[in-house]
Amino acid sequence: MTKYIGKVWRVGDDIDTDLIIAARYLNDASEENLKKHCLEDVIPDFIGKIQKGDILVAGKNFGCGSSREHAPLAIKAAGISCVVAQSFARIFYRNAINIGLPIITSEEAVWGISTGDRIEVDVNQGYIFNMETGEEYETETFPPFIQEIIKAGNLLNYVKNRVKFNG
Amino acid sequence: MIIVGMTITEKILAAHAGIERVRSGELINAKVDVVLSNDITGPVAINEFNKLGAKKVFDKSKVVMIPDHFSPAKDIKSAEQCKAIRDFAREQELTHYYEVGQMGIEHCLLPELGIVAPGDLVIGADSHTCTYGALGAFATGVGSTDVAAAMATGEVWLRVPETIKVVLKGKPTQPWVVGKDVILALIGKIGVDGARYQALEFVGEGLEHLSMDSRFSMANMAIEAGAKNGIMAFDEKTRDYVKGRVNKPFVFYHSDPDAHYANEIEMDLSQLKPQVAFPHLPSNTRNIDQVGTVLIDQVVIGSCTNGRLEDMRIAAQVLKGKKVHPYLRLIVIPGTQAIYQQCINEGIVDIIIEAGGVFSTPTCGPCLGGYMGILAKGEKALATTNRNFVGRMGDPESEVYLSNPAVAAASAIKGKICSPEEVMEND
Repeated sequence: MTKYIGKVWRVGDDIDTDLIIAARYLNDASEENLKKHCLEDVIPDFIGKIQKGDILVAGKNFGCGSSREHAPLAIKAAGISCVVAQSFARIFYRNAINIGLPIITSEEAVWGISTGDRIEVDVNQGYIFNMETGEEYETETFPPFIQEIIKAGNLLNYVKNRVKFNG
Repeated sequence: MIIVGMTITEKILAAHAGIERVRSGELINAKVDVVLSNDITGPVAINEFNKLGAKKVFDKSKVVMIPDHFSPAKDIKSAEQCKAIRDFAREQELTHYYEVGQMGIEHCLLPELGIVAPGDLVIGADSHTCTYGALGAFATGVGSTDVAAAMATGEVWLRVPETIKVVLKGKPTQPWVVGKDVILALIGKIGVDGARYQALEFVGEGLEHLSMDSRFSMANMAIEAGAKNGIMAFDEKTRDYVKGRVNKPFVFYHSDPDAHYANEIEMDLSQLKPQVAFPHLPSNTRNIDQVGTVLIDQVVIGSCTNGRLEDMRIAAQVLKGKKVHPYLRLIVIPGTQAIYQQCINEGIVDIIIEAGGVFSTPTCGPCLGGYMGILAKGEKALATTNRNFVGRMGDPESEVYLSNPAVAAASAIKGKICSPEEVMEND
């Protein structure tokens, strides 16, 4: 699936990994623990407010800071279907691709999207459509190699398809 | 077609991808020399490694695991995480697993033990893996799944970054200026995403005046400008540092004179003053004389940024014969056991204890809000660590300011952020 339709949660610039999942919760990497505290210091009780399939829309440098894969894992476990941002910090970017959390970069889309809007995101076709305003935005496409990982679902599947481990 | 030269970063990546040359933007599969993880990211990586169906790591001397973040274990769940990497290390017979008692903060420990060599390609499931760029290695932070795949295959996918050349001119003339001030000033100048996806290569005569410990601090915080890696060419100081530590053959690289750079930034070290980063981004920097009055509740000196011997010596130099402000807690954390022991031998521990400070066993502890100095709501700390994000050291309504060790030590005495000059002038 490459198309996502959902209600938007709009956050600002430089949302760091401590804000996505604070280190005080990193003593337990279970999905249950991570999703419970996802983005709680940005939007209190985020997990209680969102619905499965909602879309996160952020400003620039989303996911800056730590390398913790717990950050995209928390967002995925919380039920967010897709993250749109003006730009992503690089470790978050690769972690999201590697674990199969759909992300998409669009420089201008974030300006025209507000919390509560319903939007349609097509990662493959490369567009974002705001169903409230009728505006459509183009997105950056992924290089072929990264598309291969996305197609496999995540990095593990990609590696498994290429390498046989005999122990 | 005109063939231009390559940067150090490009040369290391090309060598590890087994190709003659690489271009920025290109995606490559590269062989890794070191794959690092810790007690937070390691357990997630092990889980993914097991899902891959791999039985053995690709090379037990190249997979490194260090319990340092919440270790010595701060609670039962952390103990489980430490146990997960301990069990894996024993089962896989990893050469480089260091238990409490031998362990240190990973990015202080690996260079100290010579595990990383110049010219190496290192990935680590810790964003400050970029520290090893000070040795002339390509080192970058990745996620746990990357580490799992690399533990199994010995390879990692990487996008070849463009390089920003940072030309350091002159020699620090202002007292107490160290590498931490250089990197904070740079981040202040270019912002927390000023080098996003790019390499930061430090060059120039200014580099000659910066110690290895200063250089580690600088490469360490390259990530705070969004960089993929920070890197410095091998020189006499690097040679002296790795001598007696690195016992494997290594190659050191220099950028070609006609290498392509995305951008060039000049910094004049002679004009540089100690820097303080205000909440809540490392880029909110000010010169020490523009700080104003900021009362603080806690000072932390340590971390993978400033937990090395030189940092401890500077702190002791400022604190010697003085007392920590009665309304303030001073927590000093050496980066490794060897640094700890040297601090005992040099009388540094005595100075800090007599001043009224705490001297702890090595751990990442408070830097990431783990333990050993968590802040209550409304409290303020000055730390020699690397991040001052919202809630980084405790309550989301607490605040963290960042500085070098001399400013931190002086501020511990005054109870407010101040220049070391203020406490040293009476000497």
